[in-house]
Amino acid sequence: MTMGTFYALLGAAIAVMLAGAGSAMGVGIAGQAAAGVMSEKPELFAKVLIMQLLPGTQGIYGLLVGFIALSQIGVIGGGAGEMSVATGLMYCAACLPIGLVGLISGVYQGKTSAASIGILAKKPDQFGKAMLFPAMVETYAILALLISVLSVTGIR
Amino acid sequence: MAVLQMQKLTICAMKKDRKAVLELLQKMGTVECIPDLEGSEVFRRMDTTSQRMQFEKNFSLAEQALEVLDQYDPVKSSLFASLAGKELIEADDLSQVVAQVGAIMTKVRELLALQRKISDARSLIQKKEAAIEGLKPWAALDVPMKCQGTVHTALLYGTLGPEYTQAMIEGALRERLPEIKTVEAEILSADKDQVCLAVVCMKKDAAAVEEALRAEGFARRLSVSERTPAQRIAKRKEEIREIEKEISELESQIHAMAPMREDFRRVSDYFRIRSEKYRVLGDLIQSKQTFIISGYIMKRDAARTVDRLNSRFDLMAEVTEIPEDEDAPVQLANNGFSRNWEGILESYGLPHKGEIDPTFIMSLCYVFLFGLMLSDAAYGLIMAVACFIVLKKFPRMGEGMHKSLTMFMWCGVSTVFWGLMFGGFFGDMLKVVANVFFGVQNEATLAFLGGDWALWFVPLNDPMTMLMWSLLFGVIHLFLGLGLKGYSLLKEGKTMDALCDVGLWYLFLLGLLGLLLPSELFASIAGWQEVTFPAWVNPLSLAFIAVGGLGILFFSARDNKNFGLRIALGAYDIYGVTSWLSDVLSYSRLLALGLATGVIAQVVNSMGSMFGSSVVGAVLFIIIFIIGHSLNLAINLLGAYVHTNRLQYVEFFGKFYEGGGRPFDPFRENTKYVDIKEEKLS
Repeated sequence: MTMGTFYALLGAAIAVMLAGAGSAMGVGIAGQAAAGVMSEKPELFAKVLIMQLLPGTQGIYGLLVGFIALSQIGVIGGGAGEMSVATGLMYCAACLPIGLVGLISGVYQGKTSAASIGILAKKPDQFGKAMLFPAMVETYAILALLISVLSVTGIR
Repeated sequence: MAVLQMQKLTICAMKKDRKAVLELLQKMGTVECIPDLEGSEVFRRMDTTSQRMQFEKNFSLAEQALEVLDQYDPVKSSLFASLAGKELIEADDLSQVVAQVGAIMTKVRELLALQRKISDARSLIQKKEAAIEGLKPWAALDVPMKCQGTVHTALLYGTLGPEYTQAMIEGALRERLPEIKTVEAEILSADKDQVCLAVVCMKKDAAAVEEALRAEGFARRLSVSERTPAQRIAKRKEEIREIEKEISELESQIHAMAPMREDFRRVSDYFRIRSEKYRVLGDLIQSKQTFIISGYIMKRDAARTVDRLNSRFDLMAEVTEIPEDEDAPVQLANNGFSRNWEGILESYGLPHKGEIDPTFIMSLCYVFLFGLMLSDAAYGLIMAVACFIVLKKFPRMGEGMHKSLTMFMWCGVSTVFWGLMFGGFFGDMLKVVANVFFGVQNEATLAFLGGDWALWFVPLNDPMTMLMWSLLFGVIHLFLGLGLKGYSLLKEGKTMDALCDVGLWYLFLLGLLGLLLPSELFASIAGWQEVTFPAWVNPLSLAFIAVGGLGILFFSARDNKNFGLRIALGAYDIYGVTSWLSDVLSYSRLLALGLATGVIAQVVNSMGSMFGSSVVGAVLFIIIFIIGHSLNLAINLLGAYVHTNRLQYVEFFGKFYEGGGRPFDPFRENTKYVDIKEEKLS
């Protein structure tokens, strides 16, 4: 193992850690609101559960980038060869977008989900529209994911 | 693909037929009554609030009774019970129930009374238990608490703080009352809150002893009971047993009423129907001999409804067109495939007056995009088959549920298609199983099983290509949206608007694409060979941009009289091309979500295969496989659903659709438990 491999691993770890932390916070925030609504209106369970899960995707995107990075480095599937420090740092940089944006968008999507769960509590029939607000936040996580994936797969 | 045409039905009939006419209308369920008919000197409205309140009270009583029954006599219901839908009953069944509605309501009240008795008894038990708790510390006392001593001695009962021991108490008494020798304190019980004690002393010393103890924090306990605490506890326990027997007696009475459940449900529905009828009764206007009712009706039902009314009653029924300024309710009608997407449209908003119904086009795009996002043949197969089985098994499920499941079934089919195109079957399950469990080592075979069998290409190996295709699908989707805007403008006869707001934009955007695609910049981004178009494309694109751009500049704000302002607004409109850019980029989520499904499936497979090819390894593989893929399917199904909706709502509808229509809600039998078969036409 060289320093290069270490940096590349660090990148994968950053992607999974930060994005996962963002999702954990987001799902947590939305979950509290969902539990509150459930105590009054148990029949809304399915709807509020979907709302709660919306900020969960950032963690998955982080995992995705981390996984692609690991298999590119060769940690998964074997064949981890020598890697120069420059290449390692490139992997690290490539993982940053989804890590950071995942963290921040996860938290904010969680807050938006909580607000949308508030809509559902009062107007359960507005599910379609209420779902849009958190989905808006997610756009930026998707954009970050895109750049991370393209960068990671682009490094040779 | 249409919004059904509505008409207005006005009925003037004899008052003696009032009930029968309303019942027929309710049974047919084709008319939405207009509540705000204006009354006059002759025609007045009737106040039906009190009757309605009565009915509502009755059905909520029946609901409460049903809840009690569910509590004491729960029916085993499977997870899918909610899918079964309402029971279909004959009209005669309901009229039998109606004949004995009084008796059933008596039963309802009896049941609720039983429930009240049980809850009273329960609280009594609680009280007794609290009393027992209070007596327990004194249980060691073998005289009644009323006993204050003998002829010469006095007995004191009371409590001290928890820290006191026998020795401490005796010491304290000796210290405070050195002259009194004949005093005896006995600790009956001690716990973390208090020490209970009994003190014997000579009667003459009683006051002094009590005083001394009080200084230590003694609280005297007085009671008038003539039984010892142990006896009292036993008695209360006996009482509790008796109450419990009584409760189980009451409960068995409730159990005995369980067969009434069906009747309660029907009664509840019966009162619901009547309450609805009286709501409408309150809306119509009546004179001494006649009444008038007015409402919206679908054109296709109008003739049938009028015929049936005329065949039974002497009345005047008139069908008229709805005036321009009136906001009629909206009912959609689509073919058997597209109608399953009406729910999606409805949660965005039904088309407002004069707007087209985009359900048909939307349903096609929806299926296409959903499959692209999930894109795993196995997941699609599971979805489609599961939905199909549920649909077949519960033919009478609610309409909304039926539509959703059918929609997901088709989305599953599309997912299978895209899974085959992109080589996803539980991710790379085939490769992993072949490698780990069948020892296949051949690189080429593994690569083939790992996804190279894809009919098109593997997005994970070639994400840039997939991104380009995603954006292309986006452009097509958005152009479709713009096209629909043009279509609806042309349909309204606004040719000029269609030309300026749609035609010019098509020219402009196509021109931009024609210039961008062959450019070096694009080729380097996409990692493609430079696209070479025929030589005439470049000048044509330039011409398109020039015509389109100038056209938008001059004509987009054509209603504005001020020429300078008009140009400025036109320029701002051209700036709107940036929103097209962001809209198109938004379709990159097709790539992201497709990759997410595939990669997580791979993670699951490689986690499962970590334990090798032994029997234990195979078992662990199967367990991890099932759990992991279920989770992945669930989370990506949610993702695909949310983001397909988003692409429809924000990007697609943003181009042409507003919504805001009011759904058609006819006056009908608004039952909760049963559907009543329509009577045969006589």
